[in-house]
Amino acid sequence: MCGIAGLIHKGKSSNVGGEMTAMLQALKHRGPDSTGYAVYGDERAPEEYIMRIKVAEAEDRSIGHGVHKLIADRIARVDAILEEHGAVVKSKEAPQDYSLRYVLTHDGDTPSMAEHIEEDGVTEILSMGNGLELIKDLGDAAVVAEAYGLNDFTGTHGIGHTRMATESDVDIKSAHPYWAFPYNDISVVHNGQITNYWIMRREMERKGHRFQSNCDSELLAVYTAHNLANGVTLEESLKRSIKEIDGVFTYLVCTKDQLGMAKDTMAAKPLVLYESDDLIAMASEEVAIRAILPEEIDTYDPYDEEVRVWQA
Amino acid sequence: MASVSDADLKAMTQDERVKALGMTTDQLTGRSMYMEFDPDASDRLTYPWAPDVDFNKRTEVDCDDKSTTEVNKEIRALMDEGYGTVVLKNPRGMHSLGVGILSKLNLIIEGSTGYFAVGLIDGPNVRINGRVGWSCAENMMSGTVMIEKNAGSTFGAAMRGGDLVCRGSVGSRTGIDQKGGTIIVGGDTGALSGFMMQRGRMVVCGNAGKNLGDSMYDGTIFVGGEIKSCGVDAVEAELSDLDKAWLTRKLTQYGLMPDKGVDHFTKIVAGKQLWNYDNLEPNEKKLIL
Repeated sequence: MCGIAGLIHKGKSSNVGGEMTAMLQALKHRGPDSTGYAVYGDERAPEEYIMRIKVAEAEDRSIGHGVHKLIADRIARVDAILEEHGAVVKSKEAPQDYSLRYVLTHDGDTPSMAEHIEEDGVTEILSMGNGLELIKDLGDAAVVAEAYGLNDFTGTHGIGHTRMATESDVDIKSAHPYWAFPYNDISVVHNGQITNYWIMRREMERKGHRFQSNCDSELLAVYTAHNLANGVTLEESLKRSIKEIDGVFTYLVCTKDQLGMAKDTMAAKPLVLYESDDLIAMASEEVAIRAILPEEIDTYDPYDEEVRVWQA
Repeated sequence: MASVSDADLKAMTQDERVKALGMTTDQLTGRSMYMEFDPDASDRLTYPWAPDVDFNKRTEVDCDDKSTTEVNKEIRALMDEGYGTVVLKNPRGMHSLGVGILSKLNLIIEGSTGYFAVGLIDGPNVRINGRVGWSCAENMMSGTVMIEKNAGSTFGAAMRGGDLVCRGSVGSRTGIDQKGGTIIVGGDTGALSGFMMQRGRMVVCGNAGKNLGDSMYDGTIFVGGEIKSCGVDAVEAELSDLDKAWLTRKLTQYGLMPDKGVDHFTKIVAGKQLWNYDNLEPNEKKLIL
């Protein structure tokens, strides 16, 4: 089933981490397997990046005591690659032993560095960008927010996801949101099922893109990134997706300063929208919006093939 | 069957009541259920175990910090105490509020609800002073439901009777599989409204999305605005004087009468080129209450 949520504050920062946690916790019943956030903090210098990575999956932890050395070795490898590519690490935190947050400066070939980091087939960059911080892990929103210190995260906008695993495993790499590797600051959450996934995936792979998982939702991130990299606006990309991607879906996309939504031709997956002059909030169910706006408000369901984009 | 008293029925379990009333609990193998109507049991069109409530006896329930189950149980307990008007405060998008109420009651929901609000009801008059989520009044059998704001998709799905009214706009697949009753929408409706509609009437004062009335078997859809497209086997029919009189009465009743009257409404019915119960299922009948 899955639950999705998004919010964007116009022209101001707010506690988007805490707000998103409240929204996602209200959607827990739609998917308790994993929870993910893509939240956008205040803008940094162009050469300064925040990189979120994970170096192990749930199954790695089953090997026992040896996992600690395994994780340490993988982190050391990432550090060496960063140094090799001339990245300067300004800070490094490990909210979980297998999940790290780097603040770094780099003015070289960042996509190449990202590919190098992921070359081992195990390490995954969850996100890299000036504003985007993508966090996802197993458990509900309260658990993930507590583990990663998200309840006080300040920023302008964000999207989130509660996952009920249907198409792929219960693991972090299949959790949403998806970062549009290797493009900065683009993230996607999706509720639905894409029926021409393999056709579209092969098309994207032929164009040089690579996929980290077998989750159909990752296609939307890669597809969006491909369009944006080729000069297509976010709104046009969302409109094209309705024609080119088959299935039942509602999905949300964030860029550094925008939040967009698209619904398929059948409007088969839910979304409730609230709009005011300074805040737009949306979710699979109204109960999530009411988690941050308890007073009586006006909301509506977008129709089939509806596309909207909002600016922060 | 008629020899069973109301008191006896009230004391029975649901399974025992079903058997005592001559209904079957056998596994159904066909697509339709036979049901013989017994005139002796006509007084049982209201449920014998339904509480006798007084509409002038009014109380409030605060939904904050309560689960849906707790709220719905509290409504039933209040009805057993004779309360005929129950006001739900602070619903804040809760799902499944007021479902399965099978007797008369004035239920007022002050705020917005989530999915499946007042589904499976048979008799109550409901006013919701907010928005409703998906599948409001699904399988509604009788009574009146009035929503002051917008509604989500599958509004009145599989509805069998009563009046379901939304002053605002509704989502997609409104009245999907509608089997009776009346759905009235003050604003617009989305795609595939009236999909597989079987009986009843739907009135949309605004615009209708694509594939309106797709694969409808029967029933009537009236649209005051533009229709993006009609679905398979949904065709336009002439708006009769009787239709106009009915529309005028219903829309006036709910305060949704357009300033320009009802002459501009388009009437959509089934072309009946794809499916006909009487031809394809001669041995089966459906009883529409």
